[in-house]
Amino acid sequence: MCSTCGCGHSDIITITRIGDEDNHEHMILNSNRNYSHQHHHEGVHDHAHGHSHEKTMVSDHHHAVQPHQTIVDLEMDILHKNDLLASRNRGYFEALQVLALNLVSSPGSGKTSLLERTLTDLGAEFNSFVIEGDQQSSNDANRIAETQVPVVQINTGKACHLDAQMVQKAYKQLSIVNQSLLFIENVGNLVCPAMFDLGETARVVIISVTEGDDKPVKYPDMFHSSDICIINKIDLLPYVQFEVEKLKEYALRVNPDLSFFETSATTGQGMDNWYEWLRTQQQNL
Amino acid sequence: MHELTIVLNIFEIAGNQLKEHQGNKIDAIELEIGLLAGIEMEAFHFAWNAALPGSVLEDCSLKINPVEAEARCRHCHLEYDVSSLYDACPGCGSFRSELIRGKDLRIQSLVIS
Repeated sequence: MCSTCGCGHSDIITITRIGDEDNHEHMILNSNRNYSHQHHHEGVHDHAHGHSHEKTMVSDHHHAVQPHQTIVDLEMDILHKNDLLASRNRGYFEALQVLALNLVSSPGSGKTSLLERTLTDLGAEFNSFVIEGDQQSSNDANRIAETQVPVVQINTGKACHLDAQMVQKAYKQLSIVNQSLLFIENVGNLVCPAMFDLGETARVVIISVTEGDDKPVKYPDMFHSSDICIINKIDLLPYVQFEVEKLKEYALRVNPDLSFFETSATTGQGMDNWYEWLRTQQQNL
Repeated sequence: MHELTIVLNIFEIAGNQLKEHQGNKIDAIELEIGLLAGIEMEAFHFAWNAALPGSVLEDCSLKINPVEAEARCRHCHLEYDVSSLYDACPGCGSFRSELIRGKDLRIQSLVIS
């Protein structure tokens, strides 16, 4: 149930701009339709039709009455709708020269803390925007709002990942400006978000040293689809059995193109390299 | 449980096709699912059966064609079958490879009547 307006739908997704909670939007899981009440809503449906050929099994051309079947050789990607919307998102980000990052990890890797520190430290240098994805609650978005950065919370309800359509609806509430940074914090889940392109410029997987250093081979899809791997909470290395080199070795087996950063959002250690990367990527857009 | 999302996407595409071809029902559907597409088949079938009642695919037969996964070694260029995203090249032992097949997730065909 939506905690703001009280509407109840089991598969509902809620998109809320923090500071403007009355004007939130609902959509139904995996649907073209927007489920909305008195709030604004566009009725634009995005259908993409695959290229298909058909042949009819009926040899009788004398019309109607006989039962017949049509074979449609569709050859269509099941995720084509998401991929199409992701391409549109990507085009929008490119046109605005926005560096859009999809941050993925297990719950508890320190994504939000890393983001808070980044937004605070780079506050004077960049305009930043945040989309927060969680199944429930606005806790993370409220933390981000403390940094004075515009933030939209997506509550996915039962869905275990963000998709391109949710992100599109979220950034429409953000009024993103040219040459800014957009951080999309995905739902904490190292499996499902791997399949869904959001149109991001780069995907950043975050792992903390309190997790196992063999995570890349346990959850290879996420490491395979990411561009950057941030190893967070390195201030805790003396207290845990985690070998950074072993993690890197495993991760590179899955994805030889991964680049790494070692950070502590708590102490600030290693954050400068991450910031330098952000600057370079933003300049190269 | 992204398998449910995948299933719902299939149902949506199938429903659109049914409308487009002005058919009454879908009799059969054939899918291609890569070995490394990230689909847990047990979860997929669970989601499929859960979503089926009352849907456009209720009475349809489902055929899934698995697609083997294949990688190309960046070091020695050998192409080899893989069962994971981190199989070493059998030729030179390198882990530096590209996946060239096995992420497929496609509706191949539908039979509409």
